[in-house]
Amino acid sequence: MKTSRSDIVRFSWAALKGYPTRTILMLLAMSIGVAAVVMLTALGEGARGYVTNEFTALGTNLVIVFPGYSETSGLNPIAMVGSTPRDLTLDDAQVLTRNTNIRRIAPINVGAINASFQARSREVPVIGSSSELLNIRHWELAQGHFLPATDLDRATPVCVIGNRIRNELFATQAAVGQWIRLGDRRFRVIGIMGSEGRSIGVDVQDTIIIPVASAQQLFNTPSLFRILIEAKTRSAIESVKQSTIAILKERHQGKRDVTVITQDAVLATFDRILGALTYAVGGIAGISLAVAGILIMNVMLVAVSQRTAEIWLLKALGAPQRQIIRLILSEAIMLSTFGAIIGLLLGELGCFAIRQAFPDLPAYAPLWAVLTAIAVSLLSGFIFSLLPARQAARLDPVLALRGK
Amino acid sequence: MIELINIHRNFLVGEQTVHALDDINLSVQAGEYISIMGPSGSGKSTLLNLIGLLDSATEGTYLLNRQDVTALPDALRAATRSKTIGFVFQAFHLISRLTAAENIELPLVLAGTAPEQRHPLVNKAVSEMDLTDRAHHTPEQLSGGQRQRVAIARATIMQPAILLADEPTGNLDQKSGQDVINILEQLNRQGITVIIVTHDSKIGQRATRQLKMVDGRIESDQNLSQSSASR
Repeated sequence: MKTSRSDIVRFSWAALKGYPTRTILMLLAMSIGVAAVVMLTALGEGARGYVTNEFTALGTNLVIVFPGYSETSGLNPIAMVGSTPRDLTLDDAQVLTRNTNIRRIAPINVGAINASFQARSREVPVIGSSSELLNIRHWELAQGHFLPATDLDRATPVCVIGNRIRNELFATQAAVGQWIRLGDRRFRVIGIMGSEGRSIGVDVQDTIIIPVASAQQLFNTPSLFRILIEAKTRSAIESVKQSTIAILKERHQGKRDVTVITQDAVLATFDRILGALTYAVGGIAGISLAVAGILIMNVMLVAVSQRTAEIWLLKALGAPQRQIIRLILSEAIMLSTFGAIIGLLLGELGCFAIRQAFPDLPAYAPLWAVLTAIAVSLLSGFIFSLLPARQAARLDPVLALRGK
Repeated sequence: MIELINIHRNFLVGEQTVHALDDINLSVQAGEYISIMGPSGSGKSTLLNLIGLLDSATEGTYLLNRQDVTALPDALRAATRSKTIGFVFQAFHLISRLTAAENIELPLVLAGTAPEQRHPLVNKAVSEMDLTDRAHHTPEQLSGGQRQRVAIARATIMQPAILLADEPTGNLDQKSGQDVINILEQLNRQGITVIIVTHDSKIGQRATRQLKMVDGRIESDQNLSQSSASR
């Protein structure tokens, strides 16, 4: 004697419809749990995707040299802010170009200075670099030319300005060909940066780029802030890193006093941190799913006590204990399934809203999180309904039929 | 058909043992029409539940169709109930969210009968109980008499050999109660063994055999076939 699956589903569906408040409450609990998992992991993954994209936008096959060395591997915050026991120089950069595995090199010098054109002036960040910077950083020009491909030590008085600087200094006037003043020196504007030239830490719309030798003169320093190196291939990155360390060590009297990081290493570090963050928030949201499961158990226990007479009627009509358990479990599993589906829809809707509000954040829930959320909701629905189902199956017949 | 031998049913109430059934010996033949009467707490409903395999004896032996069903495992008790016994309760015990037809269909659903086999049986039962125009109404849209007719249809849809009715007219007006008794008697004439628990002596007198219970014991077992023949 076995009730067919379709009959069990039909019966359970009728029971769910018969108690709408209870059903809606349980659906709400389960769907919020699933939606929380979907949205929080999507946020975690979005943050990871955002950082990855930003670092990828730094360039391809990138190796970055910082002055200063720490024994720890990976990103060195001290080196990044420029603790410089020994300066990195233009000669160092020049020597590195001899490595055949290196495609491009862009030495970097940075500073801030007052820029003015006619009566307009403002404080601007200035990057001193070479013609290769444009290609290494994958930036785009809106107008004119980038820095000329001359010797690194040639201080040509030219500059490329960000679009916002152009608007502020020149307003509606043409900027290319005009001379602006940076501190006490004059530079001719030869190009305007395009709108795509934005990446982590630097907003090129707000920056003026000049030849590195000019920047050294302007800021009166022989040292470099860092050297950006683009390896020819991805497989060459490690050898470029090692040879850069060896060359600079040799040039610096046998002392390793630079930190060389690869884009992959930085990405891997962030990937690890943000990956852990995603798992953590996913786990927290998972707890809410378990709480939803406990709610299902409580509500099902109340439901069983409310439906004592009905359950024992089923027994009187010939349903064995196992069948009663199947009916109660099927109700709970249907609730969990519908809750998971609604939660998924809500979660995806939330992710869509996040992406609309923050277009740079690729907030897509990872497949593992979606599958885990569904599995946990179904599993918690099942496990937490076992107790009420067993209780229902063991109800005292005589008391139940008297409605006690 | 039904053989109860030295049946005891004890309940523990606090630290006291209550003897709900005390040494019951009863033999019921197929096709009998029995009423069980007695004051409240005399053990009528307990006896009915025990016969209906909803409850188990503390001591004694219960033979149903010569098979010992005293200590059947749950699944077999359920199967036996489904095939052999129908119940009619005073409070109807209809499921409020299901229609009359769906309530009647329920034992067939639980027995795993295929829908194409169920529907003709349900239609026939609905028609026999004069519920055709009420088949798709929920219990709250039915009168008391109609509800009890739905309950009787549900109890007999599996064509049981035994029909147990616990105060089937208790919640009905006189006219509806009369109709229900007429239906039960008609079912008895068709060969079903009918056992009714009732407080109503008029209904009790209509049976062919009357048991009177006091304090968990059968005080009298009276054959009324001659007097009821004139009903």
